[in-house]
Amino acid sequence: MSSVAAEDTALDLREVEAFVYREARLADEHDYDGWEALWTDDAVYWVPAGGPDIDPVKQVSVVYDNRSRIRTRIRQLKTGKRYAQSPPSNMRRVVSNIEVVGVEGADTVAEANFVLVEHRERGTVLWAGRTTYRLRRTEDGIRLAYKKVVLVNSADALPTMAFLI
Amino acid sequence: MTVQYSELIQPERVHGSLYTNPEIFAEELRRIWYRTWVCVGHVSEIAHPGDYVRKQVATQDIIMTRSSDGEVNLLLNRCAHRGNLVCEDQRGNSSSFRCPYHGWTYRNTGEMLGYPYNQGYGGKGKLNLNLGRVPRVDTYQGFVFASFAEEGPSLREHLGAAAGELDRLARLSPEGEIELTAGWLRHRAKANWKLLVENETDGYHPQFVHGSVFTVTGSHIGTLYSDKSTAVTRDLGNGHSENDLRSEFRRMGKPMTWFGTTEDRFPDYVAKMRALHGDKAEDILIEGAPHVMVFPNLFIAEISVFMINPLAVNETVQSVTAVQLKGAPEMNRRLVSQCIGSVGPAGMLLADDTEMYERNQRGVEARRPEWLDIRRGVHRERIDENGFKVGAANDETGMRGFWSHYRTLMEQEETK
Repeated sequence: MSSVAAEDTALDLREVEAFVYREARLADEHDYDGWEALWTDDAVYWVPAGGPDIDPVKQVSVVYDNRSRIRTRIRQLKTGKRYAQSPPSNMRRVVSNIEVVGVEGADTVAEANFVLVEHRERGTVLWAGRTTYRLRRTEDGIRLAYKKVVLVNSADALPTMAFLI
Repeated sequence: MTVQYSELIQPERVHGSLYTNPEIFAEELRRIWYRTWVCVGHVSEIAHPGDYVRKQVATQDIIMTRSSDGEVNLLLNRCAHRGNLVCEDQRGNSSSFRCPYHGWTYRNTGEMLGYPYNQGYGGKGKLNLNLGRVPRVDTYQGFVFASFAEEGPSLREHLGAAAGELDRLARLSPEGEIELTAGWLRHRAKANWKLLVENETDGYHPQFVHGSVFTVTGSHIGTLYSDKSTAVTRDLGNGHSENDLRSEFRRMGKPMTWFGTTEDRFPDYVAKMRALHGDKAEDILIEGAPHVMVFPNLFIAEISVFMINPLAVNETVQSVTAVQLKGAPEMNRRLVSQCIGSVGPAGMLLADDTEMYERNQRGVEARRPEWLDIRRGVHRERIDENGFKVGAANDETGMRGFWSHYRTLMEQEETK
């Protein structure tokens, strides 16, 4: 808590939980428009590969989207011809161990663990990891500025992950 | 029962069992993966003496090291004592490896250094047991290739005309060298490796499998493979093939179109290339990077480099990284960004390709019809000025070249 201003905009744990659960549900249920609307214009959606601390500008990631690429990803999913998600995976995730870890500027930084079971005709895949969220209070409600998902198996060969994680 | 490859591989069709029969897979390991030249990595991954990275050739766990003499070594990750792994880390820097089980040590050339409590072996220096080494190691444009055969065609002979495509890639760097230093995305597919290899230069699928992303991004890639395209599919011999898109890029006539951009976005790079190549720079900047499948496992898709590694008859890992052009930092950032958007488990292209590989694997298990058809464009195939077979942009000329070489290798007498 670096300043009075930060305290004014910071989110409490209950607000963080409510947002994180909603974001998880929208992703699980392929509510693409609802999920996309959660993001700020300066969004970063990041799933590193090979370990948690790579430089995403110089190293390849599974996902490293800015707002524009999030839009492209969602538009591709909505064509119905994104075959890796057509038909879409059935999935449910449990998000837990939520902690508010700090404030950066106007953003509240929170972390959580997740376990996600994905099923499609190919088979069932268990995904798990730790997510860092940066959440911002705006005139339109709480918005997501940053989501980093560190998979427990990020250094291993992964199956296709075309859904929203 | 011996498999009769001449029956399973015919000029215009191949048998489904080639993708599903575990006996054929076991035979492929012996006759292809542990014999011919297989790409394992790039020298830039082990830039300094002592650097090492873990690699795989099919099911073999390999340590690629650079020893103090600057040489590239490919060692099998197996202690000579009881067969334990001597290297657990994925990468690092060390002049030696110590087996954690009983403490035997080896230089990063594979040579034995020592063993604890040496009186049990009659003293020091009594054992001469080294790490296994891949018998033949060679490099071309920095790509490191392994051959488990003591003898056979040289790497240069194996690469043949594909070498020119690797040259064409390296030429895009203002220093004439590429680097593979952006790390690897490793993507697991429940599919036979040959479905991946055949797809890499299949110009028939992009408009269908990738229509979704072409539509939303307004990409021109689909038209490069359309029926009106002047691009060609070329059988480069020895199982190598390419989609040669240069005629289309020449027709468009603008530098950097191949990279989906314009020269004003990369003034430093373009200036460096013009200073270096003079009049030839325009051709290089217009024609761009190759789209080539080097038999059996190295695929270069313009900006991305893939290495295909089979684990089982129905399981394959495709590793991919961004091409990095030495001396072009601003290009390299965009290369990483474009690569991430396109390839890997969430890539807007490769996730859909991989979905197709996996559905294809389930499909070929079907009992009827038994064959996969590879005749597209046979009637319009021609021989180009260099003596290579070429078909239209979306013809199956590349697949036929692959199968011809595959059959040769599978029918050859096994040598040492």
